[in-house]
Amino acid sequence: MAEGPHLAVVGAGPAGLAAALAAAARGVRVTLVDSAAEAGGQFYRQPAAALGARRPQALHHQWRTWERLRDGLTAHVARGRITHLSDHHVWFVEGQSDGFTVHALRGPEQEQSVAVRADAVLLATGGYEKVLPFPGWTLPGVVTAGGAQAMLKGGLVLPGRTAVVAGTGPLLMPVAVGLAAAGAGVAALVESAGARDFAGHARTLAAHPAKLAEGARYAAELARHRVRIKAHHTVVAAHGSNRVEAVTVAALDGDGRVWPGTERRIACDTLAVGHGMLPHTDLAEALGCRLDGPGVAVDDEQRTDVPGVWAAGETTGIGGAVLSLAEGRIAGLSIAARLNSRTPEAGSYEAAVKARTGLREFFAVLDTVYAPPAHWTEQVADDTVVCRCEEVPASAIREAAGELGAGDVRTVKLLTRAGMGWCQGRMCGPAVAGLAGCEFQPSRRPFARPVPLGVLAGTDFDRHHTDSTDSTDSTEEGSS
Amino acid sequence: MRSPLELVGARPGPAFTVTFDDREITVLPGQTIAAALWAAGITSWRTTRGSGEPRGVFCGIGVCFDCLVTVNGRANQRACLVWAEAGDVIRTQEGTGHRGHHG
Ligand SMILES: Cc1cc2nc3c(=O)[nH]c(=O)nc-3n(C[C@H](O)[C@H](O)[C@H](O)COP(=O)(O)OP(=O)(O)OC[C@H]3O[C@@H](n4cnc5c(N)ncnc54)[C@H](O)[C@@H]3O)c2cc1C
Ligand code: FES
Repeated sequence: MAEGPHLAVVGAGPAGLAAALAAAARGVRVTLVDSAAEAGGQFYRQPAAALGARRPQALHHQWRTWERLRDGLTAHVARGRITHLSDHHVWFVEGQSDGFTVHALRGPEQEQSVAVRADAVLLATGGYEKVLPFPGWTLPGVVTAGGAQAMLKGGLVLPGRTAVVAGTGPLLMPVAVGLAAAGAGVAALVESAGARDFAGHARTLAAHPAKLAEGARYAAELARHRVRIKAHHTVVAAHGSNRVEAVTVAALDGDGRVWPGTERRIACDTLAVGHGMLPHTDLAEALGCRLDGPGVAVDDEQRTDVPGVWAAGETTGIGGAVLSLAEGRIAGLSIAARLNSRTPEAGSYEAAVKARTGLREFFAVLDTVYAPPAHWTEQVADDTVVCRCEEVPASAIREAAGELGAGDVRTVKLLTRAGMGWCQGRMCGPAVAGLAGCEFQPSRRPFARPVPLGVLAGTDFDRHHTDSTDSTDSTEEGSS
Repeated sequence: MRSPLELVGARPGPAFTVTFDDREITVLPGQTIAAALWAAGITSWRTTRGSGEPRGVFCGIGVCFDCLVTVNGRANQRACLVWAEAGDVIRTQEGTGHRGHHG
């Protein structure tokens, strides 16, 4: 392999791809590691090649940008400048005196261990959806909004025939559009934010005409599919025995409480629900990177406070695909310069910085506008399961916080087992904090993925690798 | 009803079969086990350890672990991540999947 500094990028979404392309174009050798079968991340998630989709763009927006990213990746891979390791799940990034080792698992059961050596690391792992509990939310057919979209874009499948899309946030509109375009009936889009929430921010919003036009396009598509939008409404409960059969939807009053008497039942076999997103920060935390709120803290060049580690895209805070692209580009340019002891070149760097400033401002507003109903906890019945893995009901969490006096999420967890199951509290974390009346904090997890004991036992954390990639079970090959 | 496959003009490779709880289902190459089960109209393939509630896909991206299923005798596989392969024997996972009622 060619000489020169080596960058490992974790995550092949908009942020990771933009960074990989910018760095590779400036002579950095890049290994792009991602758990999915194809590059693209959440926004540009692609069906597997074997499905033979001739018009995947029918499920996408901003397809031209994707074509540029995809063609750039293909060209760099062909020239040996980027190695794309798909189907590789990174569970740990290890900092060493002379660089980093990225540890990944691959294979159908994720038991083969692969190690990639690098001089610098970019964390571009994106985020995952937050869903707050309500009676019936564990019924089959109730899925996260992004999950429905991911299964549709990646597997070309729908969960049912009639969907309700609900919760809050800018993701709901594209999800409803996607489901409707693919043939599902969308009975309603239930959004807890209302026009009044936007009114106070008219000036900031108006400064971003491209973003407003995007929203208007989604709204027009929803109108074309005759999707009813119920703003300032919330789903109170999902009903059914072995799968969801209907949901009850109600209007919210000015304080964000359910307005008694406005409840309506809507028949559906699918509820796609989401209340915003949270950044993936496990790899960063294990490296010792500082967090800023729920995301990884970065400076103007997208550097974390750990030398040699950059972070870009939604792992640093939620802001959509276009912001992820800008941050990725800034990170890639910064890495290429810093690995050669220079400062980032002017020009395209400054354009990306300008885009980043504007989009961060825009999403800061969206973040205050799109909020779950202020009194969502009142709708959570005592017997509603909150921790889906350990089946901990709301009553147990209320008891821990009340009678037992637990004042933080950690203590609630120890008393109730909420957050101790397979998902490590990723799904119930915000709900447990909300119900216990304490602040949500990302919980520290030693590894980003469950790791087979055999792999842990066989990983020699201090060994110095001579090669840039090293696989214990198989010979390494770049895919894509 | 229009289907996602029609929407994107899919021309998948030849379909194959797997079994889910002894029932034969048809799968397209390039689908995960979760996608294959959804395409067959199946939305739950696990029962919880405590109250035996049915579960299936929730997050769709490998984060929630609600979609655990037993594949070829191995329990706790995330259906949304594992690719379906011809001849797979897929079974509803009950509880931890280690009680041995299923082969
Ligand atoms: C399920 C889901 C669906 C979404 N759908 C849409 C949509 O349809 N429209 C829209 O506007 N926005 C959507 N979003 C929002 C989306 O997050 C942003 O639009 C955008 O994709 C963010 O880009 P990113 O590069 O920061 O991260 P992502 O696009 O999330 O990319 C991160 C990549 O990192 C990989 N990764 C994460 N952790 C690891 C690990 N440990 N090891 C290996 N790889 C890892 C992931 O597989 C992913 O490919 C969705 C979000 C989610 C969670
Ligand atoms: S659906 Fe969440 S892990 Fe598979």
